[in-house]
Amino acid sequence: MPYDYRPYPYIAPPGLTAPEPRHRVVIVGAGPIGLAMALDLANYDVPSVILDDNDVVSVGSRAICWSKRSLEILDRLGVGAKVVEKGVTWKVGRTFHREAEVFNFDLLPEEGHKMPAFVNLQQYYVEEYLIEAVQANDLIDVRFKNTVTNVVQSADCAVVEIETPDGSYTLEADYLIACDGAKSPIRGMMGLDFKGELFEERFLIADIEMQADFPSERRFWFEPTFHPGQSALLHKQPDDIYRIDLQLGWDADPEEERKPENVIPRIEKVVGHRDFKLDWVSVYTFQCRRLERFVHDRVIFVGDSAHIVSPFGARGGNGGLQDVDALGWRLAAVLEQRAPPAILGDYDTERVHGAEENIMNSSRATKFMTPADGVEHLLRDQVLALAGKAPFARAWVNSGRLSVPCVYPSDGADDPALPRAARPGAVAPDAPWDNGWLLDALGGRAVVLAIGCEISEVSGAQVVSPPISQFVRERYLGDARSAVYLIRPDQVVAARWPYVDPASIDRAVAAMWRQ
Amino acid sequence: MALIETPNLDDHDGFYAELLAAHQGLSEDQSQALHAQLILILANHVGNRQVLSEALALARTCLD
Repeated sequence: MPYDYRPYPYIAPPGLTAPEPRHRVVIVGAGPIGLAMALDLANYDVPSVILDDNDVVSVGSRAICWSKRSLEILDRLGVGAKVVEKGVTWKVGRTFHREAEVFNFDLLPEEGHKMPAFVNLQQYYVEEYLIEAVQANDLIDVRFKNTVTNVVQSADCAVVEIETPDGSYTLEADYLIACDGAKSPIRGMMGLDFKGELFEERFLIADIEMQADFPSERRFWFEPTFHPGQSALLHKQPDDIYRIDLQLGWDADPEEERKPENVIPRIEKVVGHRDFKLDWVSVYTFQCRRLERFVHDRVIFVGDSAHIVSPFGARGGNGGLQDVDALGWRLAAVLEQRAPPAILGDYDTERVHGAEENIMNSSRATKFMTPADGVEHLLRDQVLALAGKAPFARAWVNSGRLSVPCVYPSDGADDPALPRAARPGAVAPDAPWDNGWLLDALGGRAVVLAIGCEISEVSGAQVVSPPISQFVRERYLGDARSAVYLIRPDQVVAARWPYVDPASIDRAVAAMWRQ
Repeated sequence: MALIETPNLDDHDGFYAELLAAHQGLSEDQSQALHAQLILILANHVGNRQVLSEALALARTCLD
């Protein structure tokens, strides 16, 4: 069943009749990233105003693959369970060359995690759930049909000019967060360079509605017989909607290719029949670009406005949610004067690192999928040929390396005896705990995990002592008898020790807050 | 030692990217020359006649 797009009501903002008091935070863009940003800040008691030039959710499925990390973040924002319940859960990806399967991957081969590896859910549903949560939250004021037309900065605030159906007005904010997407008007207004690479390739993307029993897996084809010489991708979504991406080549005419009379025969060859309905079609090109810095004094860029990647790694929306997670606790601390503004530099450093990793992986996958003529094409074809006869080459077949959270550079205390996966800079691994989950006890505040040892109190962090289950042993102890972990409000490990060292813990807590 | 046909190289994506980058700006003849030199260098490094024969045989399969 196609999605029922309902416009959200426009309400004349108070600023039209009288100047509004200065706001703590103004967020531009009510996409998944802007909405998540407001909810994350509200979890830290920071109020915000969201401005959006539109009044409906995303048209077309767009970002559909939500990673385990995103689900964990959405869970803290109150919509994780809903997304998992509605979405199609999957963890296996299969890659084919012509008819034969040449490579498959399992993104979560182990038990003991609350969230699955991936959930496919159309972006419009995720936005709908987030808007519902935002509208139920007293700290958030979301304003549809409010278009930002200008931004200027003074020493201690950002000033935004806004156009509405009833005229224009001005807002002041301690901080402006630009979540206004890949084409970010705010980036343009500030004249910031968005450097990177355009790949000379076009893909057709379509949502179709059909009854079928394709398994809940990601399927990718190199040179399939149904689409000779090109690539194709198939994803299952809820409501009997399937997502199909087809490589068209650089010479394809996007206007022509978008026409149903051209799309339908192409899809028919993929699914083998004409018993489907076309729900949404678009033609896109690949780009990998980013801002040099994401923090520009009082204006902070988050999500696609800061960095864009080619698809096939699910690194766009998921990368944006990780930006939100890395910024919220720090900005809240700055606004409440618990941390100096310099802590925002840590957001910049960490998320530039994350964006670089995402761009690197996306660029590599794009080069493999759409190789340039000559040696690039030769090598790509020979990897595919070798994959049919030598196991090592299968893993070299690159149809996209799917989003996993990066490990941030960290100089937090560490001990090599403890498991590498939980090292400083990494997201704390989940584990079952009684009838719930360890991650549910982390996040939203600083936590000191005391495992196999006792700590009565830590200034600036809450002590949590999970029992030593098999999972906790594997993921947090390794061969050590005890361990102490300092976990940041975004569930990232800040520092760890195999024993209790109160002075070191205090120093690590202070360093985390840049005190 | 027999030819290793199972995964044996960490960061193969990084190596692949470096290999493509090494060809940047080269003509087709130069690219061929680069590949030829690379094979000779790696053969010397492998240093095992038997393994090299097996590698040649594996590469030859399906090409005929």
